[in-house]
Amino acid sequence: MLQKKSTEITVGMFVAAGIAALFMLAMKVSNLSDFNNDPGYKVIAEFENIGGLKVRSPVTMAGVRIGRVADISLDPESYNARVTLDLYASFDTIPTDSSASIYTAGLLGEQYIGMEAGAEEEFLQEGDVVELTQPALVLEQVIGQFLFSKAEGDE
Amino acid sequence: MIGIIRSLGRWGLGVFERLGRGHLFLVQMLAGIPGLFLRFSLVIQQLFSVGVLSVLIIAVSGLFVGMVLSLQGYYVLVDFGAEESLGVMVSLSLVRELGPVVSALLFAGRAGSALTAEIGLMKSTEQLSGMEMMAVDPMRRIIAPRFLAGLISMPLLAAMFSAVGIIGAFLVGHGLLGVDDGAFWSQMQVKTDWYDDILNGVIKSIVFGFVVTWIALYEGYDSVPTSEGVGRATTRTVVHSAFAILGLDFVLTALMFGEN
Amino acid sequence: MPLIKIRDLHFYRGDRAIFDGVNIDIQRGKVTAIMGPSGTGKTTLLRLIGGQLHPDKGTIEVDGKNVHKMSHRELYELRKRMGMLFQSGALLTDLTVFENVAFPLREHTELPETMIRDLVLMKLQAVGLRCARDLMPSELSGGMARRVALARAVTLDPMMIMYDEPFTGQDPISMGTLVNLIHRMNEAMGLTSIVVSHDVAEATEIADYVYLLSAGKVIDKGSPVELKRSSSQWVQQFMQGLPDGPVPFHFPGVDFKEDLLTPEVQA
Ligand SMILES: Nc1ncnc2c1ncn2[C@@H]1O[C@H](COP(=O)(O)OP(=O)(O)OP(=O)(O)O)[C@@H](O)[C@H]1O
Ligand SMILES: [Mg+2]
Repeated sequence: MLQKKSTEITVGMFVAAGIAALFMLAMKVSNLSDFNNDPGYKVIAEFENIGGLKVRSPVTMAGVRIGRVADISLDPESYNARVTLDLYASFDTIPTDSSASIYTAGLLGEQYIGMEAGAEEEFLQEGDVVELTQPALVLEQVIGQFLFSKAEGDE
Repeated sequence: MIGIIRSLGRWGLGVFERLGRGHLFLVQMLAGIPGLFLRFSLVIQQLFSVGVLSVLIIAVSGLFVGMVLSLQGYYVLVDFGAEESLGVMVSLSLVRELGPVVSALLFAGRAGSALTAEIGLMKSTEQLSGMEMMAVDPMRRIIAPRFLAGLISMPLLAAMFSAVGIIGAFLVGHGLLGVDDGAFWSQMQVKTDWYDDILNGVIKSIVFGFVVTWIALYEGYDSVPTSEGVGRATTRTVVHSAFAILGLDFVLTALMFGEN
Repeated sequence: MPLIKIRDLHFYRGDRAIFDGVNIDIQRGKVTAIMGPSGTGKTTLLRLIGGQLHPDKGTIEVDGKNVHKMSHRELYELRKRMGMLFQSGALLTDLTVFENVAFPLREHTELPETMIRDLVLMKLQAVGLRCARDLMPSELSGGMARRVALARAVTLDPMMIMYDEPFTGQDPISMGTLVNLIHRMNEAMGLTSIVVSHDVAEATEIADYVYLLSAGKVIDKGSPVELKRSSSQWVQQFMQGLPDGPVPFHFPGVDFKEDLLTPEVQA
């Protein structure tokens, strides 16, 4: 009887430890904590070129993380990239004329969206469109342009 | 020449026969599971011998794998000035691959072989037969609880492996190599996705638990009831489990992480 | 009507016929002994009756129903009413003696713990091992293990019991007790018993009826008295345990002389 009880207790501890490990993976290791406790709101931004931006890339303002990229699609008419941004509900005072740009973290690092606040009194809400955008810098394009202008200048 | 072809044919037929019996065994085993919820104490007993007794080896291995991963990863990353990414590198390799795969391999060696030997010995000492004659179906009484216990234990053990591994990596990375702890955790959180990485890893470990426990129990149940037969069956459990784990891991990885 | 009716039983191990057209009737409430040289298939016969092996031809009916045509559930219901004492004992090695005997009760009944304890101690007392109840099977001698197995076989109070060599490995005193026990259970509870044994003296002492098997056939049958008076050389040799005679001692195969003269061809 006693032995049976201690078996049950150790098994209980085992299961609890396993679940605790899963919980740690969920909360501490992964980004689950990001989107569960924060329903957030979605705004849309169109970019000419998004470079290497991916779903779940961070969205920041002044370096502070304020959301993430929820979806990326191609607009069938303008042939621009339509990026849906999922902004955290706590950042609900972003002016409607704010701008969004795509930057690269570090030299070879991943790309993210940096937003700059505008001056408007009204704030972005679910479904709004960010009008002012600046595309990602694509290295080949930059170099190509540089060479082109250099060649023109020489003539 | 004919002889070679013939023995090849016989070997092939044997393989198919065993596969067939193995699947029949699986069906009978699964049929025994619903009844277990009325007698969960049987499963708890097995959770002890299959799960609890595997914790030590899993935790120790996880810790060292994480520490080594951190050390090796650091020396590569530091050349690119990217040592902040150490956390990401460690967490993704542990959660996606090393956690499920290494813990399943250890599980096959620790718990799988023990299951095969136990069932094989029960068979050779006529305990299974004796139970049948006492109107106790060994499939339900002996096999099914062990299977369920294996199925439950494996994902828990794999999660422990990954968690302990990440802690080990942090201890080495932050304590020994001086990687910034904020960067370690925050980069890891940004790049590790709950759904794509962690849940997929858990699914992997459930699949591995299913396959390893199935192989172990079947090998025991189907073993030749002699000491040599049980010994061979135990070896086969470990070898076949390892092949199954590695093969399935490739397939699952291709299916899960193929798109991005 | 007999409790067990075996008709035209054929059973093969590979190409070798273990049974080749055997008819056996086991009468209710009687002790029937099955005897025959080692390796004739007595254990196999018990396994066929218990539904663990399937005949290649012929039928085995227990209580009017064909054992091998039953559903899984029916077969298990039948087995609850059948006790079997395995030649090896087949005790569960990770349970104590007490738990082994209690095992069928725990599996098949909802009896309270105190009742289980009483029943188990009663059965263990009958085989003289009440005070060995906390030992593990690995701590028992062969004869003790078999007695525990016997206690276990009768815990559910079955309608019939099959004893596979109950007397082997018992000293004269426990042998006598066992003979007595089997006899008593038979009389008191109206149990049907099948006793497989080599011990001609003990088996004939308790048996009401005896079947002699050899080489896949029933060689002779009858009450012990009838068999003792049988004129057949075969029966006489077996019953008296004489070394020479028509009873095969050797596993079937080629002649010894021939075997010695044929050089083994290496494959
Ligand atoms: N699993 C098996 N595979 C192949 N042959 C078997 C198997 N089990 C038993 N046999 C063969 O079947 C025959 C009958 O075996 P069985 O165990 O029924 O004999 P037995 O009459 O009980 O002998 P004993 O009195 O020595 O216990 C034996 O000759 C044996 O070689
Ligand atoms: Mg036998």
